Amino acid sequence: MIPSVVKPFRVIIPLFLLVAAATSAWSQTAPARPTGIPRLPGGKPDFNGIWQALNSANYDVERHIARPSMMLRQGPHSMIPAVPMLRLGAVGSVPGGMGIVEGGKIPYKPEAQKKREENQANWLDRDPEIKCYMPGVPRANYMPFPFQIVQSQKNFFFAYEFAGAHRDVYFKDPGPPETDSWMGQSVGKWEGDTLVVDVKGQNDQTWFDRSGTHHSAKLHVVERYTMMTPNHIRYEATIEDPEVFTGPWKISMPLYRRMEADARLMDFKCVEFVEELIFGEHRRKPLPRP
Amino acid sequence: MRNFLSVSGALLISAAGLALAADARRTPDGHPDLSGTYDIATLTPLVRPANVSGRKDLTDEEAKAIAKAAADRLAKQNQASDPNRKPPPAGGDGSEGAAGNVGGYNTLWVDPGQGAFKIDGKWRTSIIVDPPTGRMPEMTPEARKRAGERARGNRPNRGDAWWIKEKVSPGPFDDPEMRSLAERCLLGFGSSAGPPSLPVLYNNLKQIVQTKDTVVILNEMNHDARIVRMNGKHEPAEIRRWLGDSIGHWEGDTLVVDTTNFNDTPALFGATRNLHVIERFKRLDDKTLLYRFTVEDPTVWTAPWTGELAWPVTENRIYEYACHEGNYSFTNILRGARLLEAEAMKSAAPKE
Repeated sequence: MIPSVVKPFRVIIPLFLLVAAATSAWSQTAPARPTGIPRLPGGKPDFNGIWQALNSANYDVERHIARPSMMLRQGPHSMIPAVPMLRLGAVGSVPGGMGIVEGGKIPYKPEAQKKREENQANWLDRDPEIKCYMPGVPRANYMPFPFQIVQSQKNFFFAYEFAGAHRDVYFKDPGPPETDSWMGQSVGKWEGDTLVVDVKGQNDQTWFDRSGTHHSAKLHVVERYTMMTPNHIRYEATIEDPEVFTGPWKISMPLYRRMEADARLMDFKCVEFVEELIFGEHRRKPLPRP
Repeated sequence: MRNFLSVSGALLISAAGLALAADARRTPDGHPDLSGTYDIATLTPLVRPANVSGRKDLTDEEAKAIAKAAADRLAKQNQASDPNRKPPPAGGDGSEGAAGNVGGYNTLWVDPGQGAFKIDGKWRTSIIVDPPTGRMPEMTPEARKRAGERARGNRPNRGDAWWIKEKVSPGPFDDPEMRSLAERCLLGFGSSAGPPSLPVLYNNLKQIVQTKDTVVILNEMNHDARIVRMNGKHEPAEIRRWLGDSIGHWEGDTLVVDTTNFNDTPALFGATRNLHVIERFKRLDDKTLLYRFTVEDPTVWTAPWTGELAWPVTENRIYEYACHEGNYSFTNILRGARLLEAEAMKSAAPKE
């Protein structure tokens, strides 16, 4: 369904090439030791603070132009919003983005690509974000919500505003995850000034975005956090999953420090907000849903 | 000679070890390092039981007896079940609570602690230390009325829609919003995340992450991370939070956390948005924190009350408590109530 939205191919292709060049420049090795960044006693870069991505990756991690809705149907002349999305109007539409995926596309295997398209066609029923489920990694890092890094000599802790998700990075590898979980098991090590976090043990229920991008429980994410200036981090991740991808792929983006003097995480316990959606039909007197 | 050498070697090593340990217990900014993972499960109850009224401490013998009774109970429950036993009767076998009744948890799931806790070498009879009776102060008349109303709807499940038979309206299962915060996966049960953080039936692990500006108090249940802003100011009155707004400061070697700005339903049973909690975290020894808290809510209790308990370090790891993501039981609680109501209506209908 996306290709039918993306009609002006001749314009798009040169753009793709340009961005591919830009992306590879962005991905080159960081300067050996960024200067002028905050550091903890002992010299490690100090990542403490409130951070947020500023891009459209949570809608669609791939390179894409704006489209009418998260869920579409074929209209007489073009794709139009699916019926349940209609009343949201422009608020329900998808902003374009150059994408965070190196090369622009996720290398899905054909059958996995098919499932992804089914997911898109059934987005309202299937996106775990809609049900307020914990978002998994890497999606947690580029949702349109801030997250806080609390870093001491001993800990590197992520607190996410969305759904109150969090993860603590182990610096002593506890071995293979004992069970799958929504946020996985994070094991960190320092490579110079870059924190490398190896994330395994995520279940197969999370997505990468609102565009049906699924994975299996074999998902393996290796993240790299490098502080480039006092107020921005370069975030990169290599993503592997032999069940659904033909090979590893990479994402990268800057994460920005929230500069407000009163920047902080707010409560976003969205569980309460989805009770009518999930449990409303089981009320003693279900409310009408015209 | 050889002996002498090895002894002095050991002395040197232990002296170096002590110096290291002393450094390791402080953060670079000089404060005690409280970070770590703690298991606050204990069999010492919040409120002092009647059989030990009038005293703060248990004797060694009493503490031993409590631990032994718990160990015996566990051993009994861990015995293999009789594969030929009969199913429990419809409506349950009469046992009550989360760890009883049909559909309740068995021993695998629960972890209420192995004994009482000890502070300054003394076993405690209750968490509450003030009022000195070990019991909560009087509730205000309005709070008593509210608690009574709640208690009326909170009956053990006997497999019938008693609210239909007794014409109670609204019924306790009418809407999701009428159920407990724990059933709804909004918070853990029993003030697990608090504040104050109180021990509950299981998942009693806490983690503290500590920096100069921020202290995180992570509660395993229900993956609630409370973020304490050190030396901050409380948020404006219109900002409300499930775990309240926590600010902290150091008084000597004690971390003091002050929490206000709760929403209408804090975790602590009966408390309101007027709740104010002051917590004090202090290192008792290498492996234990002393957790002391004072609770004030003049709309609920006629006086403040204070409790304390030990937070022992644990080697166990915190697991993800994905309550909402797996909350099939809430659908079934509501659907079960609808089925019971249908049965009750059918049996109440005039026979043709």
